[in-house]
Amino acid sequence: MAKEEQDKILNEVTESEYKYGFVTDIENDDIGKGLNEDVIRMISAKKKEPKFMLDFRLKAYRHWKTMKMPEWAYLDIPEIDYQDIIYYSAPKQKAKLESMDDVDPEIRATFDKLGIPLDEQKILANVAVDVVMDSSSVKTTFKEALAEKGIIFCSFSEAVQDHPDLIQEYMGTVVPIQDNFYAALNSAVFSDGSFVYIPKGVRCPMELSTYFRINAENTGQFERTLIVCEEESYVSYLEGCTAPMRDENQLHAAIVEIIVKDNAEVKYSTVQNWYPGDKNGKGGIYNFVTKRGICEGVNSKLMWAQVETGSAVTWKYPSTILKGDGSSSEFYSVAVTNNHQQADTGTKMIHIGNNTKSTIISKGISAGKSNNSYRGLVKVAKNCEGARNFSQCDSLLLGDKCGAHTFPYLEIGNQTAKVEHEATTSKIGEDQIFYCNQRGINTEDAIGLIVNGYAKEVINKMPMEFAVEAQKLLQISLEGSVG
Amino acid sequence: MGKKLNIEMLSIKNLHVSIEGKDILKGINLDVKPGEVHAIMGPNGAGKSTLASVLAGRDLFNVTEGEVNFQGKDLLDMEPEDRAKEGIFLGFQYPIEIPGVSTVNFMKTAVNEHRKYKGLDPLSASDFLKLMREKKSLVEIDSKLTNRSVNEGFSGGEKKKNEIFQMAMLEPKLAVLDETDSGLDIDALRVVANGVNKLKTRDNATIVITHYQRLLDYIVPDVVHVLYDGRIVKTAGKELALELEEKGYDWIKEENGK
Ligand SMILES: Nc1ncnc2c1ncn2[C@@H]1O[C@H](COP(=O)(O)OP(=O)(O)O)[C@@H](O)[C@H]1O
Ligand SMILES: [Mg+2]
Repeated sequence: MAKEEQDKILNEVTESEYKYGFVTDIENDDIGKGLNEDVIRMISAKKKEPKFMLDFRLKAYRHWKTMKMPEWAYLDIPEIDYQDIIYYSAPKQKAKLESMDDVDPEIRATFDKLGIPLDEQKILANVAVDVVMDSSSVKTTFKEALAEKGIIFCSFSEAVQDHPDLIQEYMGTVVPIQDNFYAALNSAVFSDGSFVYIPKGVRCPMELSTYFRINAENTGQFERTLIVCEEESYVSYLEGCTAPMRDENQLHAAIVEIIVKDNAEVKYSTVQNWYPGDKNGKGGIYNFVTKRGICEGVNSKLMWAQVETGSAVTWKYPSTILKGDGSSSEFYSVAVTNNHQQADTGTKMIHIGNNTKSTIISKGISAGKSNNSYRGLVKVAKNCEGARNFSQCDSLLLGDKCGAHTFPYLEIGNQTAKVEHEATTSKIGEDQIFYCNQRGINTEDAIGLIVNGYAKEVINKMPMEFAVEAQKLLQISLEGSVG
Repeated sequence: MGKKLNIEMLSIKNLHVSIEGKDILKGINLDVKPGEVHAIMGPNGAGKSTLASVLAGRDLFNVTEGEVNFQGKDLLDMEPEDRAKEGIFLGFQYPIEIPGVSTVNFMKTAVNEHRKYKGLDPLSASDFLKLMREKKSLVEIDSKLTNRSVNEGFSGGEKKKNEIFQMAMLEPKLAVLDETDSGLDIDALRVVANGVNKLKTRDNATIVITHYQRLLDYIVPDVVHVLYDGRIVKTAGKELALELEEKGYDWIKEENGK
């Protein structure tokens, strides 16, 4: 869809009358803290789920009980009491603030620096707006445009009701419930998320979800996304938002599953800017994500592009199973850590089909007292002929109290594979900053320039409108970290 | 304050500079007027680059004594980026590489910062590109270089040309060129010198720091200073450069008791 057309739809919707129904009838019905089978039954019942969903959740829960939190990551995570967490709360409307003046000045400053339009700022910051943008009808309008092409794009809960056959067929096929501790937990209790289905031969005409970020308030702490791309189809999906996101829920454990069939292509871009905690390392989100796609069909393609600046702790390895012959996958990542943030991120490329190809470009940036680790696995199966991988893992350090670590793993089961790995570690030099200063560029802008230069290969892979914000975001996340 | 002071563009008085407790500049005095070209010569380690860095505001060095006045303002009190925007340009002896940052983007940021400082609006993309084209032909720099990341993988000579290009873009009041001639073949030397000469006006001034007389065949200085062991030990007209070329620096060293 052309940009003008998107704007037109958005205008139509925003200029329509205030709909009272939008905010009122949601009551607060949390279940208490803790997790057991009854809680799971209750979640499933409240969401009026078919039996297969309840069975899926229960199976996941029973498995999760036998598992332990993984400890191999280079992270220092405090003990989490899983019985001290509320696992279901209905989407509730947070109390609206009167005006932008009530919003945390720090957040407001960031909005301004990011150049987010005022109306959008208000929605993101939960300020009451004069013209209420009825998010559900924005969604509906877009959905109609997509439906003409047979594309399904809806919340996961809706999909469970409206397309149970698709959900049942694909859910858990890429990330099985027993995959890991957090995946099992998510499978047992997930709240909501998105479902995308692109039919055979269809190119999705717009970046999915770029316009929907304005109503991403209630994605919840256990999010689940499922994307299915039929033969010869294409979609570019965008998750997240450059605006700073706060959430009372400290623990986030999401799952993303992507299925790519013959000659189909998926681009999955993420910008993650969850609250990282304060300068002393207090508070902040723990982000434990399992993202995985399968290039099931021949010549299928999956690209991951991510800019990660938020969260106190990030544990995340978007991975691709290259099953179809000639399939390929690319992973482009920038992960920034500052202050006391910790990130252990990377990717796994599992080569199974013949002549499969993968590319990994990882750019870590550490500042303050943070720790930033790259962990990547390239695996080539025994019967996989002609696999190729190129990995480049760069680390950039700002200051001398931060750490960068690289853990590349190779499991090559077939002699025909060609695997290349390059790694560099560099420091932002005082001399680089001074050189910029001498040309009239202040230190903060100089760091922004240098860091964006360093991350360029990744930023260039992001959809246009996000690339610009992502650049600013990088600079903002590193403010005050040098000099 | 007498009338005389006001016509100086740059006035350095009794400047002492140290690094890590070691004295490097030991009382420099230097006055530069608009329209003048000064050459500073001297053996390796004399303190020439230190002087240039201190003028540009590198905080690695400690100014322990003295003052520097630039166009009526206390230069030492300014941030490096403000000194740049006030009109000081340093051509680095060893220009720095900034991977991934295109020269276009770098220069656009710099030019617009200068404009902002002067209360002007940023240049439009097309005006900026026009300016780039104009200055590129003035200093005879190839688009191949300006299309690449700042100095990344440039040869020594290419880096020096790029410094002159940036100088042309920023139109400084006072350019301090630190050994811009070293490592250049005769063609590159000519290009660099031509650039400097073309950019010369009655209102701006240049300090050329050099080791050799060679550059001064192309850029004719009004005054030549010899910097030795942290002091300016000799100041004369351009014939001093020839004398140095002939006799080397040993006689200077002897005259100064070493
Ligand atoms: N960063 C530094 N740390 C320690 N000493 C330095 C540093 N920079 C310069 N010096 C010392 O200061 C003196 C003058 O150096 P410099 O200004 O580079 O001389 P020139 O440019 O005349 O060759 C030399 O003795 C050099 O070793
Ligand atoms: Mg020098």
